[in-house]
Amino acid sequence: MSPETTAPDSLAVQARGIGKVFPTASADVTALTDVDLEVAAGEFVSLIGPSGCGKSTLLRLIADLDVATTGELQIFGKPAQQARVDQDYGIAFQQAGLLPWRTVAGNIALPLELHGTVKSSRDARVRELADLVGLSDFIDRYPDQLSGGMQQRVAIARALAARPRLLLMDEPFGALDEMTREYLQSELTRIAAETGAAVVFVTHSIPEAVFLSDRVVVMSPRPGRITEIVPIGLGSTRGEGLRESPAYFERVTAVREALHGAKVERANER
Amino acid sequence: MNRTGMRGRVEGLGWGILGVLAIVLLWEGYKFLGPADGVTIGAVEGQTGSGFMILPRTHDRAMPHVWDMLARLVAPTSGGDTPPLIATVAIAALTTLGIAAVGWVLGVAVGGALALVMQRWQLLEWGLLPWIVVSQTVPLIAFAPVINAIGNQIDRGGTSWPQWLSVAVIASYLAFFPVAIGALRGLEAPDRIHVDLMRTYAVGYWSTLRHLRLPAAVPHLLPALRLAAANAVLGVVVAEVSIGMRGGIGRMLIQLAGQASSDPAAPWGPIFGSVALGLIAAGSVALIGVGLHRYRRGEATA
Amino acid sequence: MSLRGTTIGARPLPGWVRIAAPIGVGILGLAAWILYVDVAAAAPRMLPSPVAIVQEFVLHADIITEAMVVTATNALIGLVVGSIVAIALAALAAAIRPFDGMLAPIVAALAVIPIVAITPVLNTMFGASSQFGRQAVAGLAAFIPVFVNVLRGLRQSRPVHRDLFRASAATPGQTFRLLTLPTALPYLMTGLRIASSLAVIAALVAEYFGGPADGIGTAIATYAKSGRAALAWAFVLGGIIIGLVFFLVTSLLERLATRRMPV
Repeated sequence: MSPETTAPDSLAVQARGIGKVFPTASADVTALTDVDLEVAAGEFVSLIGPSGCGKSTLLRLIADLDVATTGELQIFGKPAQQARVDQDYGIAFQQAGLLPWRTVAGNIALPLELHGTVKSSRDARVRELADLVGLSDFIDRYPDQLSGGMQQRVAIARALAARPRLLLMDEPFGALDEMTREYLQSELTRIAAETGAAVVFVTHSIPEAVFLSDRVVVMSPRPGRITEIVPIGLGSTRGEGLRESPAYFERVTAVREALHGAKVERANER
Repeated sequence: MNRTGMRGRVEGLGWGILGVLAIVLLWEGYKFLGPADGVTIGAVEGQTGSGFMILPRTHDRAMPHVWDMLARLVAPTSGGDTPPLIATVAIAALTTLGIAAVGWVLGVAVGGALALVMQRWQLLEWGLLPWIVVSQTVPLIAFAPVINAIGNQIDRGGTSWPQWLSVAVIASYLAFFPVAIGALRGLEAPDRIHVDLMRTYAVGYWSTLRHLRLPAAVPHLLPALRLAAANAVLGVVVAEVSIGMRGGIGRMLIQLAGQASSDPAAPWGPIFGSVALGLIAAGSVALIGVGLHRYRRGEATA
Repeated sequence: MSLRGTTIGARPLPGWVRIAAPIGVGILGLAAWILYVDVAAAAPRMLPSPVAIVQEFVLHADIITEAMVVTATNALIGLVVGSIVAIALAALAAAIRPFDGMLAPIVAALAVIPIVAITPVLNTMFGASSQFGRQAVAGLAAFIPVFVNVLRGLRQSRPVHRDLFRASAATPGQTFRLLTLPTALPYLMTGLRIASSLAVIAALVAEYFGGPADGIGTAIATYAKSGRAALAWAFVLGGIIIGLVFFLVTSLLERLATRRMPV
């Protein structure tokens, strides 16, 4: 983790001592406790852990969809609410969340339309983004005419529409089949590298986390907390060949060990 | 069974005509085969008027033939030079339709406003919704004389308030309810995920309303508007009768039914008129849905 | 549950408010009514004070109850007969395509026309001393929602359940009894709940269109015309009570029937 030598607004996310408690009918639920995390600009960070570890809660706090009970949270040097109002981030959820009455173009344009971008620049940007995610031929289709993978690509394009410096993604590939998943993972690293955006990516999948990230944040539940942060360091270009490399497998093992909290015995080492 | 598009509609119409023909066949069939004095259960021998009649007499005076009903439509209303019955019925129906339209607009406005307010503040939803639901158990005819009296008061006080306006207000009481319920359901329909999305765009209540809640409400609102139209028609007919307003179809229904012993086919004229009235009212509202296709993708047919 | 307003992190309203809020609104409304009538004396004669209404209700409880019984019986008969016919026709429509084809547009049309329009003719056909006209109208009013809901319910069994019965070599009769019927039951209850209020209102309104001189509706009309406003409204109160009772009973039945159904 970087010390305080980095200037605060070059840090996409700076979380210090973050805690979140949900009051319920019976007792209070501690979703997060004592979370310290820093995400540098342009860095790709995954949050991984079993159900209840608070990874989605942390993402929602960063997005200002919820307010932390304790601690400090700064997005590009500002409070989370200000970052949201300034539209510094784009978000993609597990369900694509496309508005069914808008075409692909209409959906991608939504954030631009809401913030008053002129129609001509809107249309140009929409075409650019549709190209980026490979959906130029489907720009006038409606969501119910698209497959799950295509809908998710539209959601990613929409998240990028306002050129955010930070992308927040909550298991966006969770509902897709494995082949589509791997394809979209490659696309996502390419897009992240091209746009230079920082990414905070919540996932259940260890291979996915390792393939995509610069660092993997391992969390555990009851109470939700960070147990370990595993550096990946597999380079900034992630091609398909990476999935077969020994370095990749070694990092996958490292993350798995961090998740299980113990060394994992490898099959061919017996 | 509901298929959209022209073909579906033409097929539906065809089946509907078959259905109507089936009803006509039932009517004439019963007339032909049924007992002349109808079917009465629990009748006591020698005591006329006892027992409970469950099937009517087949006599032409009690049950006119369908072709007699149709013939009567083109005959003069009250004999001599008066225009044919169908014309009188049409004028009365149009009068009623016009008042119903005004009542519908009022009801939609009130219902819509209530729904918006209830969606915005949950406290108001909890406080108002039960009363709105209960309001429909109060029979309309209770309010009719009251509203009419208030209307007369206003009229005498200077501002012009014609009687039909009171009728429209009474009709709006029936019309507002489906709109309030349907619009509320529609405004609350968007998934949590869409509401979150709007929140990440840092847009306020009005923008969310315009871009998310209102479009999402369309598939719930359209059937509600249709129901409101039917209710408005019903409200006007009932209010006409309870206030004693002239010129509408309600009065005509009662008048001609009263003369049914001498003119048995005549009461069916305004009945057909009422049927047409309801269908036209609902159909006109359905036209609103045309051109809103985009918002109805994935609409479950109610 | 959708997020309301724009403040997140605000605590949701406590549960007791759910009951207190409508009571609060009711008390406010009642207070405003009393003010308008008694204090400001601004109301027309036809809008009496709630106090006067309750007084008349208690005073004339006997004739009011008599009228309530007549109207309630008509509504009940209409509800029962209408529902039975609706269930039978819905079962036929679910099984036989052409039947459904003919019935669907007719039911759709019935739902939008003022059914009470046929009351005067029915009264002439069945005699002015018969309650049949009112019961028939109540029956028609009940028929529509029950038919629509039961038909929907009969078509609701999920494909995975149907596959299960097919794989277990169940006979059509068993499938109907053990799958289709239980699936359709909650829909029937919903239909009955909707139909109950409609049947009461229809029975009441039909009294306005002729027939015997009994029932809540005719009483309201008579006393309203003769200027005895509070008494007329006391009968209205009787009508409301009938409606509420029907509604509550059928709502309870619906609640019991839908308890174990997945959302």
